[in-house]
Amino acid sequence: MLPALARTARHHGLFTKAGVRGFASQVSEMTVRDALNSALDEELARDDKVYVLGEEVGEYQGAYKITRGLLQKYGPDRVKDTPITEAGFTGIAVGSAFAGLRPVCEFMTWNFAMQAIDQIINSAAKTLYMSAGQINCPIVFRGPNGAAAGVAAQHSQCFAAWYSSVPGLKVLAPYDSEDARGLMKAAIRDPDPVVFLENEILYGQAFPVTPQVLDKDFVLPIGKAKVMREGKHVTLVSFSKMVGYCLKAAEQLAKEGIDCEVINLRSIKPLDRDTLLASVKKTHKIISVEEGWPQCGVGSEISAIMMELAFDELDAPVLRVTGAEVPMPYAANLEAAALPQIDDIIKAVKSIA
Amino acid sequence: MLGLSMARLFASAAASPTIKVEVLPYKVHRIEAPSNVVETNVEELMGFYKLMYKMRRMEIAADMMYKAKFIRGFCHLYDGQEAVLTGIEAAITLKDSIITSYRDHCQHVSRGGSIVSLMAELMGKQEGATKGLGGSMHIYNRKNNFYGGNGIVGAQIPLGAGIALAHKYKGEPNVCITMYGDGAANQGQKYEALNMAGLWNLPAIFVCENNHYGMGTAEWRAAKSPNFYTRGDYIPGIKVDGMDVLAVKNAVAFAKAHALANGPIVMEMDTYRYHGHSMSDPGSTYRTRDEINAMRTERDPIERVKKLLLTNGVDAADLKKIDKEVKKEVDDAVEQAKLGKIPPLAWLWRNMYMAPLGAGMRGVLPDEYHVPAFDPSYKS
Repeated sequence: MLPALARTARHHGLFTKAGVRGFASQVSEMTVRDALNSALDEELARDDKVYVLGEEVGEYQGAYKITRGLLQKYGPDRVKDTPITEAGFTGIAVGSAFAGLRPVCEFMTWNFAMQAIDQIINSAAKTLYMSAGQINCPIVFRGPNGAAAGVAAQHSQCFAAWYSSVPGLKVLAPYDSEDARGLMKAAIRDPDPVVFLENEILYGQAFPVTPQVLDKDFVLPIGKAKVMREGKHVTLVSFSKMVGYCLKAAEQLAKEGIDCEVINLRSIKPLDRDTLLASVKKTHKIISVEEGWPQCGVGSEISAIMMELAFDELDAPVLRVTGAEVPMPYAANLEAAALPQIDDIIKAVKSIA
Repeated sequence: MLGLSMARLFASAAASPTIKVEVLPYKVHRIEAPSNVVETNVEELMGFYKLMYKMRRMEIAADMMYKAKFIRGFCHLYDGQEAVLTGIEAAITLKDSIITSYRDHCQHVSRGGSIVSLMAELMGKQEGATKGLGGSMHIYNRKNNFYGGNGIVGAQIPLGAGIALAHKYKGEPNVCITMYGDGAANQGQKYEALNMAGLWNLPAIFVCENNHYGMGTAEWRAAKSPNFYTRGDYIPGIKVDGMDVLAVKNAVAFAKAHALANGPIVMEMDTYRYHGHSMSDPGSTYRTRDEINAMRTERDPIERVKKLLLTNGVDAADLKKIDKEVKKEVDDAVEQAKLGKIPPLAWLWRNMYMAPLGAGMRGVLPDEYHVPAFDPSYKS
């Protein structure tokens, strides 16, 4: 069996005493990139109202190759290369959704979506409410979010907190390939506007996927978090790339007898308060981990919820591990210091464990 | 409904003798001008007269209701510009789409809505066009392809191009008319939308309602080139006397045929609003009263149609009768709207999502969570 697969299988607790061979026929590996690509492919095939648009999605095969092969398969009416004009093409995508199409609107990175944020919020998010239920907007806005590697201040912002505050939007953040497939398909089939926050670093990472995950109708429920690792001493809650860091931190901490429960939010809006509350009832300690800025971040919301709904369950203050409150610097050492590392998560846990 | 009755009127246009009217010649950009001799008849003109007078009385009533504090917030009135919308509707069907800005009261009526539901919406009543949830700037009618009612200047322009894309994608022989003002005409997103509409040959008609003032700023202070019909550059354009419903109708019919065959076209309607930008603006600090009065005297769209009717044998008394009926209809609608009920608090938590997924949205206090049910009938 491939060493990489064995490593990931172990990582996800897939070993049994019988050995790995029994799983080889069931579990295969898939990168997040391929997970997203296959999900888009299947949904384009399933519903002819679905179409993809964005910069370089067609002939270039996608700036990050997420849409590789789709133009060849579905043609230029369904995979549309746009000019570099976010405000315009986002408005066009939203208008087409009002009129019954199901666009998947790619932002090359979510940083560029700020040029289009009025259409996302004032047009897409609010119109169903303003029109008294007449006009819905079945659109998916997708693209890589947050820090990459060395792309500096204007290309590294995390937008989870901003979009998740808007009623009328749904905000999803996949971590692994199962998340990527299940949440992308759910998002495309959902009748409301979905902000889909991917992560560039994760695109190339491979994760095990079961035949169930590869099924063309595999969807994950929007609004439900996943307990990645059960534990009883402290809850670590995160989304996207930081889920992987939390799992690694939990592995380390387990060696020292500290048992962490790791929750993968999957959905920032709706936020799965029930899963978080159930976890805190068990562990009585919770730490949120995110790459974005601290003020008014996702961790701030989690802290507020815990105060309002679970105060009596807490044996320690809610802690937030976040990106540093700086515009992202370029130099590698400074960039690393501006983002949570596994050791930071371990430090935070030990401070309340 | 109003829109359908208009279609019936025009369908039976062969009934009475054809009247040929010469309208102001069109100024054109990168296209050959349509003929400026327009054919009409008394039936059609009567329909125009009624609709425009209805729009006029409606907006005057809204003015009075706003001053009497039955209407709050923003209120942007259309009186003076009636010929633009009336001419557009005469050249298209309810299967074509319209999207406009916040100056949208008359589109509600031309697309089949009742005057009562408009007044009720302005007064924030549950009988309103959008149940009291939208207000003056957010009136929609999806069934009749009216996409609002958009509060952000210029945002409707790419949205309209997207609606046109949907028509083309679905193989429908329909256009989207995107209406915006001279203020919005300088927005970057307009040029982005024009570019993509041109690249993809979208059946999109971009209609600039040039009333010469973007809020308080005259066009020559905001636009280096106020020749809006040329501003599409590679997109053909046509400038129309927007105070003449026949000129508008003729040009829009021409534009629709062009858009379906060749792609986007820009139209500049030379028009005028009698009111200020909104009810908060007296409209006389940046314009002279002489200018406003001259418009009323020389170019009023309703007076123009009235003159045509009178010179073509219609009795002045008949027109007075229509005036009286329309005034009564509007006054009755206002009174009926006043008797309407405010929306129940439960409607705060409706129709935020078509698929709410059982997720609770927080209220003002920490122990309040409500699942926003999807129910466009608002019965639950």
